[in-house]
Amino acid sequence: MHYLFEPGLLASGPVRTALLIGGIVAVASGVIGVFTVIRGQSFAGHSLADVSTTGGSGAFLVGLNQFWGFLAAGVAAAAVMEAIGVQRRRGRDVATGVVLGAALGAAALFLYLDTQQSSTTGASFTILFGSMFVISPDTIPVLIASGVVAVVAITVLARVLLLSALSPDLASARGVNVRLVGMAYLIALAISVSLSAVAIGAVLSTALLIGPAATALRVTKSPVRSLAVSAITGVAATWLGVILAYDSYYWPPYGHGWPVSFFVVVLVVAGYLLTYVRRPRRVAPRSPHEGAECSPA
Amino acid sequence: MFSSLMMNTWITASIVAVIAGMTGFFAVLRGSTFAAHAIPNGAFAGAAGASLLGINVIWGLAVFAVGGALGIGALGRKARHDVVTALALVLMLGLGALFVSVSTEYAEETYSLLFGEVFGVSRGEVLPIAGLGLVAAAAIGLAFRRLMLTSTLPEVADARGVSTRKTEVYFLVVMALATSMTIPVVGALLMFSLMIGPAAAARAVTARPGVAMTLSVAIALATVWASIVLSYHTNWPLGFFVGVAGAVFFLLSKAARIRA
Repeated sequence: MHYLFEPGLLASGPVRTALLIGGIVAVASGVIGVFTVIRGQSFAGHSLADVSTTGGSGAFLVGLNQFWGFLAAGVAAAAVMEAIGVQRRRGRDVATGVVLGAALGAAALFLYLDTQQSSTTGASFTILFGSMFVISPDTIPVLIASGVVAVVAITVLARVLLLSALSPDLASARGVNVRLVGMAYLIALAISVSLSAVAIGAVLSTALLIGPAATALRVTKSPVRSLAVSAITGVAATWLGVILAYDSYYWPPYGHGWPVSFFVVVLVVAGYLLTYVRRPRRVAPRSPHEGAECSPA
Repeated sequence: MFSSLMMNTWITASIVAVIAGMTGFFAVLRGSTFAAHAIPNGAFAGAAGASLLGINVIWGLAVFAVGGALGIGALGRKARHDVVTALALVLMLGLGALFVSVSTEYAEETYSLLFGEVFGVSRGEVLPIAGLGLVAAAAIGLAFRRLMLTSTLPEVADARGVSTRKTEVYFLVVMALATSMTIPVVGALLMFSLMIGPAAAARAVTARPGVAMTLSVAIALATVWASIVLSYHTNWPLGFFVGVAGAVFFLLSKAARIRA
């Protein structure tokens, strides 16, 4: 057991923070990720994360906490994507791409100005790849509150979201405002992405958003069960990642830990690939319900 | 501004713009925007790995870019394309995070790989990029009809015996080679902006493939040239101007179409 659980693991303050925040982030990303995968908006999710880099580096420039920068940029980008038509299937990837390209350009400028200002390159590394071990304690309440808000919003909207994802026409016939629901969902997505940007870094937050959800949707077709499986998979990958990263101080190169984000990403992707190994081959024709869920609708 | 050192920058940037305009046209047409983003970005991790091992960065880029393209192509058949692309991207970036953190002297290079270092191009770097540009342009030119057919009418392509899947993998590999080799010079993020912005703008203006592709290349060239001039004078990163110019061209072309 000592190989996996180094003595003193749970006594360490940063590790406890990492486990707490990592757990919250994983649950929020896992729950929202299921809808992201069903709605086929992985690219939008990833773009929001990349765009939040712009906010993070901008916040660093003016001396604000990164989380506010991540959040502001994420929500703004969600609004722009919605405005130029991210909900429409056709051409929405292009709209996302154009927003992303412009935002990345701005991120390049901010990071450049950051390095001019502080003459360190550490800033860009933390913003892009994050580290769970350096979350400042005074942000923790804010992070927890945002996580709860995002999860509650998605849970309340779950039925409507599912309906408008699987059949937008049916949803609008039932009086659902599909655009409004889509907008609410994108904002919840922006919040959860900002959370995971703080925890495992902006460019890797996609791992927690898409990985556990895609794994869950391959294991089970029931929406409720897939939400649970996704959240549990995400939390497991995150906690195991934290433990392994803590252990890695004793691995070569000695005295220098491996990044937490690396372990989390590898575990998440490994979990997804495992579903290919274990899955029995289907013989029976697919039911119409399942077909609807599998199509990129 | 047109000194002999800057000439290398002008030549390289123009070649990159032509490749980006051509591949970007098909990336937008085929809806491979996400792959166009994921492959150059993931390849950056390969560069970090190569520098850790002490081998030429080009090899790391090539291995990761082509590996990523083949992985997306292979797994994308069985599962959702966007999910597989996202996971391939984060896996490569996760490895990148590891490589960067393990090698201590790499931090400065991370920035230039992501955002480009176009003002330090040496004569030795121009030739490989020119050669690669020719290969990529030829690869796209040769398969032009095939790519058009599978992009616009996949059912007809299948009926004619043109494999949609093979064409997809072919395109992803060409894109991987074309984009990733230019990363040390223009940066992973800039390559993406340069592929999507001009091509999307061109597509919004005209539906004719030949015209759209020419226009896409022209807009990419205009974007790069204007960005070099602005970047040269302000000393701000080139990627900023390229990203913003792409969005501006896209919005202008949208506005032009609504007016028409």
